[in-house]
Amino acid sequence: MGKDKAKLKMAIYWGAACGGCCVSVLDIHETLFTVIEHADLVFWPIALDTKYSDVEEMPDQSIDITLFNGAVRNSENEHMARVLRQKSRLLIAYGSCAHMGGIPGLANFSNKEAIFRRVYEESESTVNPDKIRPLEEVMVAEGTLHLPHFYNDVMTLDQVVDVDYYLPGCPPQSERLVEVFLAVVNGTELPPKGSVVGASSLVQCDECKRKKSEKKDIKRFYRPWEVVDDGETCLNEQGILCLGPATRGGCGVRCVVGNAPCRGCYGPLDDISDFGGKMMSVIASMLEGKEEAEIEEAIETVVDPAGTFYRYSLPGSKLRRKQL
Amino acid sequence: MQSIEQNNEQWSPRIVAFFCNWCTYTASDLAGVSRLRYAPSTRVIRVMCSGRIEPTFILEAFIKGADGVLIGGCHPGDCHYSEGNYKCLRRFHLLQRYIVEMGIEKERLRLEWISASEGKRLQEVVNEMTDTLRQLGPSKIKEVAETIVK
Repeated sequence: MGKDKAKLKMAIYWGAACGGCCVSVLDIHETLFTVIEHADLVFWPIALDTKYSDVEEMPDQSIDITLFNGAVRNSENEHMARVLRQKSRLLIAYGSCAHMGGIPGLANFSNKEAIFRRVYEESESTVNPDKIRPLEEVMVAEGTLHLPHFYNDVMTLDQVVDVDYYLPGCPPQSERLVEVFLAVVNGTELPPKGSVVGASSLVQCDECKRKKSEKKDIKRFYRPWEVVDDGETCLNEQGILCLGPATRGGCGVRCVVGNAPCRGCYGPLDDISDFGGKMMSVIASMLEGKEEAEIEEAIETVVDPAGTFYRYSLPGSKLRRKQL
Repeated sequence: MQSIEQNNEQWSPRIVAFFCNWCTYTASDLAGVSRLRYAPSTRVIRVMCSGRIEPTFILEAFIKGADGVLIGGCHPGDCHYSEGNYKCLRRFHLLQRYIVEMGIEKERLRLEWISASEGKRLQEVVNEMTDTLRQLGPSKIKEVAETIVK
């Protein structure tokens, strides 16, 4: 790339996230220098001291790529999602939380009131006899202080603004990010809008080296600590719930390589409209029993189906939240 | 046509019914030709086997506004494809546990084995389920799935 060619402008923002996605960008190590050679980072709260007002003042469409990680949980997240959408040419939902709601999305099993009650009144380490809760506005001598408004529901990024691409993972594999970035830098023809990039179109099991047989005949499921994994056989065949059969590949089956079951952070394959629904279908079909009582007993061993099958995708699923 | 008139007076549940081609769908046909009168609450979707029914189909029916979903298949041992109904049974139990966790009444999802000759049984099941749903009231699933509370 010639020096005379204008550098790209890039922004990275976190919504309701753990910070892991931002760190995954740092995990590209020295490749970060390649990134900086091609792009100016104009906004990145974890690493740069750029103010929101600086971003708000940028001209529309002036940022070439924005990686938005984290779900939308409060008014601050939503505001920044809208601002960054307006300022960016390409808005990428980066990581499971922006893609499908992720771990913060599990809060959709509850609601604002129950969460606040637990956190500010009932938790074991809380001492709050006056039951004080955070206020959104406080008057002090210097003026009014504001806190964001905490929403009742967690949303995926595309439930708030238009998203160009999805780069899944919890966090996305750094190498995939570099690939996608270089594709943008080199002007490679981009896939159709709305595509999942930086991941495979094949299932996890396709990359998984463990031995698999046609007939599963699982009698019951175990939690990983209840059995000793033989290190070779398909985890599901050993009765350890692995979400590989419905999950998109691309991460290098890292969890299974590390002898832990896949938990589905890369999200569903293209033709699956509800990740957990598909996974329930797969898992139930692998069971052996035929008697109703036997089947019920086996199904009982799937502890917390909703939390297991929608661990990363509750806000992006069909039912979206628990009915309260 | 007394039953239809009665239904017009009050809210009537909508049941999406997935019936297997070989047994329950034929039973509903039999119920029809036998002129067995039952609640007009089902919208039947014919599938080749109850084993074809994906949990996602059922979730989709709920978020499109079904008040209940009824699955009808062949009796155990009678499946035209040998084991499809067992697969259906396993999925049904898992899905039912899931919907209960999501705060949905488990009565909104029902599985029944109804063979081709059991037109009478079909009539009973549909009437029973319609009554149960009437007691539960309209489903809020669609509304909850569509509304985001800020």
